[in-house]
Amino acid sequence: MSDAAHLAPPRPARRFRAATEEPAFLRRALIGLVLALLAVLLFAPLVTVFGEALSQGAGAALTALAEPEAQAAIRLTLLVTALSVPLTAVFGLAAGWAIARFDFPGKAVVITLIDLPFSVSPVVAGLCLVLLFGANTTLGGWLVGQGMPVVFALPGIVLATVFVTFPFVAREILPVMVEQGRTEEEAALSLGASGWRMFFTVTLPNIRWALMYGVLLATARAMGEFGAVAVVSGKIRGVTATIPIAIEMLYNEYLTVAAFSLAGLLAVLALFTLALKTALEWRHADALSANRRA
Amino acid sequence: MHIEIDEIAKTFGRTAALQPVSLSIPSGALVALLGPSGSGKTTLLRILGGLEFPESGRVLFDGQDATGMTIQERRAGFVFQNYALFRHMTVFENIAYGLKARPRALRPEKEEIARRVTKLLELIRLPEIGGRYPAQLSGGQRQRVALARALAIEPRMLLLDEPFGALDAKVRKELRHGLREIHDTTGLTTIFVTHDQEEAMELSDLVVVMSMGRIEQVGRPADLRARPASAFVREFLTA
Repeated sequence: MSDAAHLAPPRPARRFRAATEEPAFLRRALIGLVLALLAVLLFAPLVTVFGEALSQGAGAALTALAEPEAQAAIRLTLLVTALSVPLTAVFGLAAGWAIARFDFPGKAVVITLIDLPFSVSPVVAGLCLVLLFGANTTLGGWLVGQGMPVVFALPGIVLATVFVTFPFVAREILPVMVEQGRTEEEAALSLGASGWRMFFTVTLPNIRWALMYGVLLATARAMGEFGAVAVVSGKIRGVTATIPIAIEMLYNEYLTVAAFSLAGLLAVLALFTLALKTALEWRHADALSANRRA
Repeated sequence: MHIEIDEIAKTFGRTAALQPVSLSIPSGALVALLGPSGSGKTTLLRILGGLEFPESGRVLFDGQDATGMTIQERRAGFVFQNYALFRHMTVFENIAYGLKARPRALRPEKEEIARRVTKLLELIRLPEIGGRYPAQLSGGQRQRVALARALAIEPRMLLLDEPFGALDAKVRKELRHGLREIHDTTGLTTIFVTHDQEEAMELSDLVVVMSMGRIEQVGRPADLRARPASAFVREFLTA
């Protein structure tokens, strides 16, 4: 309540508000502002993408997606995602575990390093990979000699994607592991469980929501990554062009429907991961509420 | 089981958590480790349970050197300060955990596990809560479930870290008798940590008073009251 309310005689019509409750006009204004921002920043672009893709009918969009180059890009993106997300998940789990459970010299440095991919431009990350594994470097030359080129090939794209998505899983599970502490794990060990059994029956179930959320974010990011992959892949049409790179090439060639059809597909994949997360949360609502600390 | 602690020392960083301490705990006793926070009582309990390892000294279980035994080999029923119940499992699954974790050859059949869990739920006088999750229990119920879970592994000893610390005064009194009863039925050597002298004096056969990583005095409650060995013990017991 405002100070004036103390001084003025009480008016019968006045309804008392809780201290944390804001006046109605302020609530409506804030909600309206958020909705407007959502509409402009999220909804409008999505509508535009699908509108452009379907501007010449669904048939034209589907034909564009059936082109061999588009098909190759879709297959490559799915393959890269399928390879890099498990790696990100395992690295993230290892990093989260090490940081949350152990004290070691240089811990602060490791935490900073995890965030590095957030702060370094993906293009720079891609360039670093080229400088390290390019055909004219010692390491890269040797790998090419072994028939395993990294740059302008699948391994380079996977490496770049893992670099860019690495923080997602680690960042999601780290605070959860720190908050939950060690005691449930200690209890499992004292009851005779082996380290692996403890991990799979106690540690993993306790962080599974954070882990799943991190994996879904990493998946969406892996499918959409452009900068780092653009540098490392060499953009070889039909060979090393992922969906985002194929979109750029098609757009530059004024093939609008084809470009937006692929963009629409990418958006659908992203929306699908979100829907999956929501469905899982809804199905396991009991376990989720039981999971919260009482 | 008879427990012998022989010149155990432990430091964390540069602070000594335990000066070399020695202690003999007769089989079947109910023992309180009593002291203010930072006195080393929890560290000593964790060393017995295999959660912490000493820098020097030995632990003997029934005369056998157990210093290097892993936590799993020790088979100590450990009740943690905040009970550490597995929050994603029901009470039934919590209590069954230790039995299911046994190697295949030693693991009871499914029906046998269910029978034992039911029996333990009766022992802690909560026969109907097997299907609930820890978050749905009161503090006192959680403590008893943690006790049942520790007893399920047929432990060689029972170790409890501040078992009544998180409870309100009324429940605390009730559960004291509960622990005494369970101790008397099972006959297990039981060691619990507390900073509450009244609790230690009322409940235990033997009280170990600790301060600053040392053992100040060991004795039966009546003897401690009658003949405190130091000014610290006298003051702590009258506080």
